[in-house]
Amino acid sequence: MSLDIKPCKISLVIGASSVGTLIEWYDFYIFGMLATIISKQFFPSDAGTSALLSTLAIFAAGFIVRPFGALVFGRLGDIIGRKYTFLLTLVLMGGSTFAIGLVPGFATIGWAAPILVLILRLVQGLALGGEYGGAATYVAEHAPANRRGFWTSWIQTTATLGLFLALGVIILIRSNQGVEAFSAEWGGWRYPFWMSIVLVGVSIVIRMKMSESPMFTKLKSEGKTSTNPLKESFGHKANFKMVLLALFGAVMGQGVIWYTGQFYAQSFIETVCKVEFVQSRNLMLWAILFATPFFVVFGYLSDRIGRKWIMMFGMLAGILTYRPIYQYFLDATNVKNRIEKIDLARTVVSEKTASVDSKIDTKLYVVQKFDTAYTDGAVFSYTKTDTINIAASIQDASAGSIQYTQANGVDATKFDTIQVKLKPITGIVFDATKTAEVTIASISLKPNVLVEKTLDKATYWNLIWLVFVQILYVTMVYGPIAAFLVELFPTKIRYTSMSLPYHIGNGVFGGLVPFLGTLIVEFTKTTDNPAGDPLAGLWYPIGVASICLFIGVIYLTNKVDKEVMD
Amino acid sequence: MNTIKKILGLVWMFLAPAIIWFLASQAFQKIGAATTLTKSNVTLQWVIILTIFTPICIGFFIFGYYAFKGEYVHLPSSSKDLE
Repeated sequence: MSLDIKPCKISLVIGASSVGTLIEWYDFYIFGMLATIISKQFFPSDAGTSALLSTLAIFAAGFIVRPFGALVFGRLGDIIGRKYTFLLTLVLMGGSTFAIGLVPGFATIGWAAPILVLILRLVQGLALGGEYGGAATYVAEHAPANRRGFWTSWIQTTATLGLFLALGVIILIRSNQGVEAFSAEWGGWRYPFWMSIVLVGVSIVIRMKMSESPMFTKLKSEGKTSTNPLKESFGHKANFKMVLLALFGAVMGQGVIWYTGQFYAQSFIETVCKVEFVQSRNLMLWAILFATPFFVVFGYLSDRIGRKWIMMFGMLAGILTYRPIYQYFLDATNVKNRIEKIDLARTVVSEKTASVDSKIDTKLYVVQKFDTAYTDGAVFSYTKTDTINIAASIQDASAGSIQYTQANGVDATKFDTIQVKLKPITGIVFDATKTAEVTIASISLKPNVLVEKTLDKATYWNLIWLVFVQILYVTMVYGPIAAFLVELFPTKIRYTSMSLPYHIGNGVFGGLVPFLGTLIVEFTKTTDNPAGDPLAGLWYPIGVASICLFIGVIYLTNKVDKEVMD
Repeated sequence: MNTIKKILGLVWMFLAPAIIWFLASQAFQKIGAATTLTKSNVTLQWVIILTIFTPICIGFFIFGYYAFKGEYVHLPSSSKDLE
């Protein structure tokens, strides 16, 4: 069967499908983008790395349930149709994202906060599990045989563009609000979640106007739709073996390449290389912007030369170059490798400022910032926080920050008493006349040092280029994969059959890259080497991609299936 | 090539339980080494990892079995071959 669909119609189909899918990816990714803040808001304040790991585990939980969403909504899509199923997933996704933005923090409702977030995250994962397969199937079933790779590649851009949108919105709000207001319990970090309800509303209106897939409509009118898509997909050996081949020979490698290039890269640059928050996200934005058109390029190319070798080359490139690329990230941002001179005119050491702990009023946090500026424009900031326990609480100091001075020398750690200037309850000026002398009971042995590096232009663009290269690999493995999966399975069970391997490969293998990568680095930490091997986390994506590449090369065919409408 | 596909099936069948064994031994080691403060977190992490990867490894074993049996010697050329 061939379809005669006008170009304007297919553009409409792609546009309407892509907008909804893009919004679902946006909803899904803002959680990952805000993982550091979420870990502070929804977990105890003293949990440290374990809070971040728990947040990443909740983030990963969203990925893990995606295959279940694929089963539930894939089945629905093969029984009631593509259109109504992915309308339902859109509503679920929008609702749960909006609700995450409404959950009070750990400070207000305790452990109920992370539990609620986990539940909502699971709903997000289920919804996304149903969305992608529907959108890819819907577009593929409208596309002509010789342009299927090209048309479905537009759907493939949505995941990356969703990430782009999430990054852009977060940077915009944070830049306007400032760090403190953004990170507060009811601060700006919640706005991207709330925005989702508007975006989803618009998308629902667009999708309501779409018609059902012509091939599905035909099957339905002939009474040939599947009555039990799950059984037909996974109960019949002939189809199940193709599900396994799709997973182990293509999608699991694609998943780890995707999440290494776009998520692990950003996480590594921010948390390991300590590049400043906005700059680390800006460089991702540039790299994504430059690389996104290549999804369509490789989708188009896959119609000409076949899907297999493009995907395999993307995996091979990742396997061979990840370690050198990440080693460069480390070297380029390591202060020991800097040969530029320090710009003394712009190098600043701030006054020490202290604040009283919100729960224990005899605990002071003394903060001092050192901004080391270099002649090439780079600025490396070190914020040192000492925790000082004092003998008795300071009167009038509970209202807010107090300025910290040393009454009796330069180094407070050597003295028994310190002098503090008290900040009035209202106003911002410190009152020099209102001081208090406090007796130190103990000082934390190891100060907490927060490092933030603002890169010079040359290094900044080198990092953009190297992230771009990684996203280029993503476009190779991801651009052709929708068409590849659609062609593997018959129409009546396509939604179910392609969704499961896709979401195991992406959701489980790919989604676990940040979590397992961080965990593997933790394993390498010893007392002799407390920082561990920062590159060890890469062994997970390299290992999975290597197995997948091997299987793909040996078992997959490069032939494009011209007759997908069967 | 078809012989290689079949022989590699045995490799996948061996690799699947080997991965499970490796993960389980790592889990015992890391949970055992965890302090009382981190024990619940470490246990949760490894329960998640084992719960996810065990069924995937079973799928990988089945894939190996199919490969060994020659199911991937000829891939289907149309949807009728899948019925």
